[in-house]
Amino acid sequence: MTRRQFWTGIAALVVSLFVFVVPFVFILFMAAKDKKEAARLEFNWPTEWHLWANLVEVIEARNYMLLLAYFNSTVITVGAVSLLVILSAMVGYILQRRHSRWNAVIWAGVMAGLMVPPAVVPTIWVLQNLGLFKTLHGMILIQVAYGLSFAILLFRSFISTIPRDLDEAAIVDGAKPLQIFFRVILPLLKPATVTIIVVQSIAIFNDFTNPLYYLPGKENVTVQLTLFNFQSQFVSQLNLLFMNILLITIPPLIVYIFFNRQIVAGMTSGAVKG
Amino acid sequence: MKRKSPYPYWFVFPAAVIFTTLFLVPSVASLWFSLTRWDLFTAEFIGLENFVQFFKEPFLVQGMTNTVIFAFVTSSLKTVLGLLLAVLLTSGIFAQGFLRILVFFPVLVSTIGVGITFTRLMHPTKGAINIALAQMGIDGPGWLTDPSLALFSVALVDVWKGVGLATLIYIAGLASIAPEYYEAARIDGATRLQQFWRVTVPLVRPATVTVITLSLIGGLRSFDIVWAMTKGGPGFSSDVLASVIYKQYQAGFYGLSTAGNVILFALVALIVIPLVSWMNRKEVDQ
Amino acid sequence: MKHMKYSGLVAAALMAMSGAAQAEVTLTVLIDNAPNTVAQWEGISAAFTAANPDIVLELETRPGGGEGDNIVKTRLATGEMTDVFAYNSGSLFQALNPEANLLDLSDLEGQANVLDSFKPTVSAGGKVYGVPVGSAMGGGIFYHRPTYEELGLSIPMTWAEFMENNAKIKEAGKAAVGGTFGATWTSQLFVLADYFNVQAQVPDFAEKYTANEIKYATTPAAVRGFEHLQEVYEAGVMNADYGAATFEEGVAMVATGEVVHYPMLTFAIGAIAQNNPDELNDVGFFAQPGDDPNSNGLTVWMPGGVYMPKTAQNVEEGKKLLNFIASVAGCDAQTEATGFQGPYLVKGCDAPLDVVPSVADMMPYFEADGRTAPALEFLSPVKGPALEQITVEVGSGIRSAADGAALYDQDVEKQAKQLGLPNW
Repeated sequence: MTRRQFWTGIAALVVSLFVFVVPFVFILFMAAKDKKEAARLEFNWPTEWHLWANLVEVIEARNYMLLLAYFNSTVITVGAVSLLVILSAMVGYILQRRHSRWNAVIWAGVMAGLMVPPAVVPTIWVLQNLGLFKTLHGMILIQVAYGLSFAILLFRSFISTIPRDLDEAAIVDGAKPLQIFFRVILPLLKPATVTIIVVQSIAIFNDFTNPLYYLPGKENVTVQLTLFNFQSQFVSQLNLLFMNILLITIPPLIVYIFFNRQIVAGMTSGAVKG
Repeated sequence: MKRKSPYPYWFVFPAAVIFTTLFLVPSVASLWFSLTRWDLFTAEFIGLENFVQFFKEPFLVQGMTNTVIFAFVTSSLKTVLGLLLAVLLTSGIFAQGFLRILVFFPVLVSTIGVGITFTRLMHPTKGAINIALAQMGIDGPGWLTDPSLALFSVALVDVWKGVGLATLIYIAGLASIAPEYYEAARIDGATRLQQFWRVTVPLVRPATVTVITLSLIGGLRSFDIVWAMTKGGPGFSSDVLASVIYKQYQAGFYGLSTAGNVILFALVALIVIPLVSWMNRKEVDQ
Repeated sequence: MKHMKYSGLVAAALMAMSGAAQAEVTLTVLIDNAPNTVAQWEGISAAFTAANPDIVLELETRPGGGEGDNIVKTRLATGEMTDVFAYNSGSLFQALNPEANLLDLSDLEGQANVLDSFKPTVSAGGKVYGVPVGSAMGGGIFYHRPTYEELGLSIPMTWAEFMENNAKIKEAGKAAVGGTFGATWTSQLFVLADYFNVQAQVPDFAEKYTANEIKYATTPAAVRGFEHLQEVYEAGVMNADYGAATFEEGVAMVATGEVVHYPMLTFAIGAIAQNNPDELNDVGFFAQPGDDPNSNGLTVWMPGGVYMPKTAQNVEEGKKLLNFIASVAGCDAQTEATGFQGPYLVKGCDAPLDVVPSVADMMPYFEADGRTAPALEFLSPVKGPALEQITVEVGSGIRSAADGAALYDQDVEKQAKQLGLPNW
């Protein structure tokens, strides 16, 4: 590391301290306060630290609802993201490589998926008719349907950076379409795949509106809905609410930290070094 | 018969089935409801009356202007800051890994938490921002309570929350630039700044297109953060189209809010489709 | 069925001996997530299961407010409602299309215990669809008793007296009125809680209003509510951060005397009990005064109802629960869980002797004749959704009272058209 890199890093740290750490500290302090102090919403050091007591209370609340929520959200996230990555990479691949009238149709679908707000009640009717309403796999398919556009868009733009020569070479070697896709293209898409895994798993894990409507029932609770235990229209238990916010932020944070390394590993070292 | 393409269309099939059943079919069904007075239980056909009513909303023009301002401000800031941050955070600086986590952290936190946190930090008398400004002798404004400022304050918070995502997409984009390009540029004697403009910017283009498309559409449809921070207030001053629509929905005017969604879709399509097809055409040209 | 009942008895007997709960039926219940509601229902659930060991309740919570309305309607419309659910009475209840979606409970035994004043708020087409849960609330003004004593103030019987009190409090260097527009809905109180006074001057306001024969902006008595907001703003008697403060802060401020008045519904007593239990006795309550000292009374919000959808799976058990809620045992269970917060609308459920001062201040209005009027939302389905934004504007000096009332009339027109009401 050069001197310059060191000092730039220090400067960046100082700036981000104000921009990113201060709000986080506020959340942490709130999560450590008692009910009464938290209700005042002041930005100060908690007079007494109740981190552990709040933590226990949040986890035990409504018969360990949070643990069930962790489980449900994890199942939905893993299922949906796996499907999303494979299905959308396949679409992005075709969309980028093959040019015909169908492209316009697919493209219109992708754009519609990004722009059209979902229609809640008709979707419930469809789910009910398919026997998918109030089921985790139904929720997984909904998340796939809603996440496809974003993922396809991202994959398409990254596939454009993979030279066609590679496909051609594989075709000459007699590879079948599936083989080309899974053996040649998909491995090269690692940065995009990791990005999609990170972004979509966070979005799905943190989704609030869709489970609220498509996955009702106490046994189907997901993590964002546990916030309702402590936040209501009129009175909130802010210390517990913030503790809950912290707790449900941890799984996506772990996912991010883990995959962030993958992006780094995927990078050719020194790519942008000056 | 043509030779079988190595890029068969059945690759699209599974995604298309899921998308059509669970997204397209319900969306098309809802189009019909935009022409009805709908209380979820019964729907009565009333023609275009909902659209007429929606255009009569007293603050609709202001809401539309706000939507466009909000989208352009947040989208351009996210694109520019995202690229700069991505370059900074791949340049091997001190504490790079930690900084990447910091920048991304806001993306992870629930909007509800971000909303409460920032309404507090931006509080006119007790907020950390104005307390800090007061120490420097500056009388801080009512970030969220001043009708002329509220929208911009929310936009700044939206950038804060979303810039990590743009940065991530850019980092992935930078990762796919082959180092040889930089080698060549260096051999040609290009300075760092020249390398940035001549190598980085053109070669991360796919990532830029993605970031602009996503953040612009996201900005035009933006709702959660506005709702969590100001609920469109004070009064109606920071209302965007999506929050106007949501208020109709909350009030139980389902047909009217569906009509609003159709109008929002039209606005987004009107702005985004020409832009995206222009950006894509340039990509093909290259 | 009979067989099951016997085995239920056997199970109950076994359970009494072994202490292990082996319930026969799980009754699902959808309630809103306010801590007070949850506590209330946990109390009901425990007491009910103790009395009926073969039935357990599974409480599912939903958000309140507009999001909650949507959840309830969506679940009814898609046939996914729980066996029993709690929801507002009055105009929000009417919007559920009760005749198509809810079980007719006119013949429920427990209805005999329900006060007649409640029944219209859960009736449609001459049939009764619910029983009350929780207590009636008043909309008025909380005040800080120690400050009133210190400054020698007396309870205002007219709006002019109220403003005089505010001026004296301001002179003493304190904030007189708590403004908490950070929680937008709280800004509506001066308008909504003024309805007793509107009705005193225009007795048939609600009827004419529903029929589109009278408007807010053109009825001086109705504009008064908006004018109150403007006057308080112009007098400069609110807390400095009125635009950003929230409901919780408002409650804390009036409990600690940081502000001396806080216009609010009496359910805030629950919030004071939660966040400021030590100051509970420092807070008093009075009705929002009008212009005539001889007609001083309280605008009242009816408690919500408990209903059953036509799609309920466990109808008999559900009715048992509703009978229990509409009984003295039912209100006792609620009082034990949350304290006595106001009058129940069930016969025989009297106020205990040791209530907190704010409740004690509220009870006389209910006990005298002609000193209460229901809030407009229980008399008319017409209520504009943008009222809270408009009252924030008027209360912050962005818009004048007259303009605000006119804009509200426009908002109301849209709502009435969406409801498909005649004459609009």
